[in-house]
Amino acid sequence: MTMRTPLARVRGLGASRTGTEHFWWQRLTAVANVPLTIAAVVIIISLLGRNHAATAQILGSPLIAILLLLFILSVCGHMRIGMQVIIEDYVHDEKSKIALIMLNVFYVFAVGLASIYAILKLSFGV
Amino acid sequence: MTIYRWPMTMAMSIAHRVTGTGLYFGMILFAWWLLAVAAGPNAYATFQSVVGSWIGRLVLFGYTWALIHHMLGGIRHLIWDTIHLLEPGERDWVARATLLGSVTLTILIWLLMYFTTGGLRS
Repeated sequence: MTMRTPLARVRGLGASRTGTEHFWWQRLTAVANVPLTIAAVVIIISLLGRNHAATAQILGSPLIAILLLLFILSVCGHMRIGMQVIIEDYVHDEKSKIALIMLNVFYVFAVGLASIYAILKLSFGV
Repeated sequence: MTIYRWPMTMAMSIAHRVTGTGLYFGMILFAWWLLAVAAGPNAYATFQSVVGSWIGRLVLFGYTWALIHHMLGGIRHLIWDTIHLLEPGERDWVARATLLGSVTLTILIWLLMYFTTGGLRS
């Protein structure tokens, strides 16, 4: 028997233990993804048919690099939350669920950091 | 159960998760592309030969559709978040519109790509 009121127990919590924070970030990154994805697609199409030197130079130019970095950050944040929702919905074994949620974070960070590293390398030419 | 037909909104809800999962794993291709450019001409040539093959193009075409479909589905969800287009007739046509829109836009984008690169040669 707890002395806490039902409201106090649920406040800030929920199935994912983080209340509405995930819901909010999912929407925020979704909104950001729309213009950033359009920008990324335009950049990719404009690079078609160019040789390596030209591609490397364009990807390392400030405006393009910054747009793609924003795209990666927003998309990776969105990916992490979206996949976690899918895991929480379909995996009910607690151990598997926690392991998959961890793997999800590892994967997103690996893909995100690899992409960011490549863009910074092209930008700074090291 | 054999006479039960999936409502359009339900099919599109599953499609949103399936395309989202495809995009999630497909981001490896995006990271590979950037790393290949950063690594140099040889690595970039390898990437181009894989992605430029017919199976690579097929995957990219599917990826384009998944991207557009997930984006339009996401916009539909954002509209639904504001309690608009949720009436019985509305939610069905807006779900249909995302499918029609994604297929149309994907084909347009690929036509544009082939026009800008001068056809199948590149």
